[in-house]
Amino acid sequence: MIMNKRSTYTTATLWAILVLAFALVPVLMTSRYQMNLACHILIWGLFAVSFNMLWGVTGMLSFGQALYYGLGAYFVGLMVEHLGSAWFLPAIVIGLFAVAGLSFLLGLLVIRVGGVYFTMLTLAFGQLAWQITFKWYDFTGGDDGIQGIQAPAFLQNPIVYYYFLLVLVMISIWVLKRMAFSPFGLMLRCIQQNPERVRFLGRRVRRNQLRVYIISSLFAALAGSLMAGVDNSIHTDMFYWTTSGEVILMSVLGGLNQFFGPFVGAAVMIILEDIIGAWTEYWALIIGAIIMLMVLVFPKGIVGELMHIKTRISQLSAARSK
Amino acid sequence: MNPILELKSVNKSFGGLKVTENVSFAVMPGEISAIIGPNGAGKTTLFNQITGHLSPDSGRILFEDTNLIGLSPQKIVSCGIGRAFQIASIFPDETVLDNVKIACLSKLNQTWRLWRPISEFRRATDLAHAILEDLGLEKQSNRLAFELAHGDQKLLDIGIALVLRPHLLLLDEPTAGMSPEERQRTRELIKKLWKAYELTLVFIEHDMDMVFGIAQTVRVLQQGALLAEGTPDEIRNNKQVVSAYLGEEL
Repeated sequence: MIMNKRSTYTTATLWAILVLAFALVPVLMTSRYQMNLACHILIWGLFAVSFNMLWGVTGMLSFGQALYYGLGAYFVGLMVEHLGSAWFLPAIVIGLFAVAGLSFLLGLLVIRVGGVYFTMLTLAFGQLAWQITFKWYDFTGGDDGIQGIQAPAFLQNPIVYYYFLLVLVMISIWVLKRMAFSPFGLMLRCIQQNPERVRFLGRRVRRNQLRVYIISSLFAALAGSLMAGVDNSIHTDMFYWTTSGEVILMSVLGGLNQFFGPFVGAAVMIILEDIIGAWTEYWALIIGAIIMLMVLVFPKGIVGELMHIKTRISQLSAARSK
Repeated sequence: MNPILELKSVNKSFGGLKVTENVSFAVMPGEISAIIGPNGAGKTTLFNQITGHLSPDSGRILFEDTNLIGLSPQKIVSCGIGRAFQIASIFPDETVLDNVKIACLSKLNQTWRLWRPISEFRRATDLAHAILEDLGLEKQSNRLAFELAHGDQKLLDIGIALVLRPHLLLLDEPTAGMSPEERQRTRELIKKLWKAYELTLVFIEHDMDMVFGIAQTVRVLQQGALLAEGTPDEIRNNKQVVSAYLGEEL
């Protein structure tokens, strides 16, 4: 019980530090740009954490979560463009309902096949959505994307929007974390490790997979829709396979087996891109090399390795006190 | 008394190879029985047909008067058949406690719950601790399952199966790969569990001490067919069995 209380206390402290650090960004920043960077970290962090519920937790490597990320953004973009900025918030909600429906239907299809076939099918659907958005110029704006997406008046101040975003992202991550440590979360981890045994507990593997697929897609869509208000513009790239790929890289970088791993991975990746991008135009090459090196040296990911070091230290000190 | 499990002329072939040939037998409720036979005799294949992992080509399998043929493993489990596997089928990266707890949550229909933390599900937790106590694994409950000794992993597999309170429990070589001391301990434990949980127990085993020590009925399979069935004494004195399988062991 004491252990329990102590770990609850530690978790609460970590949450407080995380929220406080992000909450202080507008106060301490020296330029607007830093706040914009923090927005990107929060949104990609949410996207990566939601993606990791699929891959790290359940073992379903989707290469097409960009589909839902893009859909979230385009629901907001298109509705604001055609109906006005009053539709910004309703568009987020409508987009989530639409994504729930679509991910349910697509999920029924893609979950029937496992392993690499699941990965390929999700990639195919993601690319299909990208093609449609790219080609359907009259409706989606094609390669031009959508510019000038205005949030409603009370959210137009970037600092207000930043806090709006911060609150939604933190609530979402908290909700996902609760799910990860609920009976459902344990069920998902068990499905990854031994689906046959799960079936022989009388439980349905595919139904649980479908459920987490929908949940993960919903939060990906929320991340996408929030992005529409950050730069006031969106682009077809949000549907492109590199977006799905980036979120996979972030998860690997941060650590698949840690809940906050993908969030840290997203932060590190975005900051690296920013620093190196300002320094050389060959930033992609250098980031690729850095990621390769980190994966080779820290196969458990940044958070995974840190946790490993922490357990080693506590083991050592326990051994010494004996 | 009606049999709890009844196989009637069950046949199964893989291509030209007959792995189960016209097997019929009846298991009475509360019985503890063994299936023995040389490697490749079709023992595990027979289990796979009972639990729905394989479908027989012909014949009938009745469990408490329900025809099991065509039912999925999920359905068969909910009918009341439990099984532990030849290679311990556990969740290696979870703690021992959580391995049993996921089974408890399944039994209580709570695996769907996604809001409250697992630790707050008191009934499942209490149930899991009780099972671990019965298995003698209570002290290891916070270790990860893959860290357990081989024998303890097999016990954990049995524990997961026991949670669902099966009427019939199938154990596939429960002592395979164990040291003599572990075998002794497992033998005692299985007998204890059989009584405590009022199980009907069918086990596949190569360890003759276990077979002749605790089974009330022994069935011998050879090349997919049932060669003999009887009490341990009858089997021990069956000339066919001795020449086909037991040989110089006895």
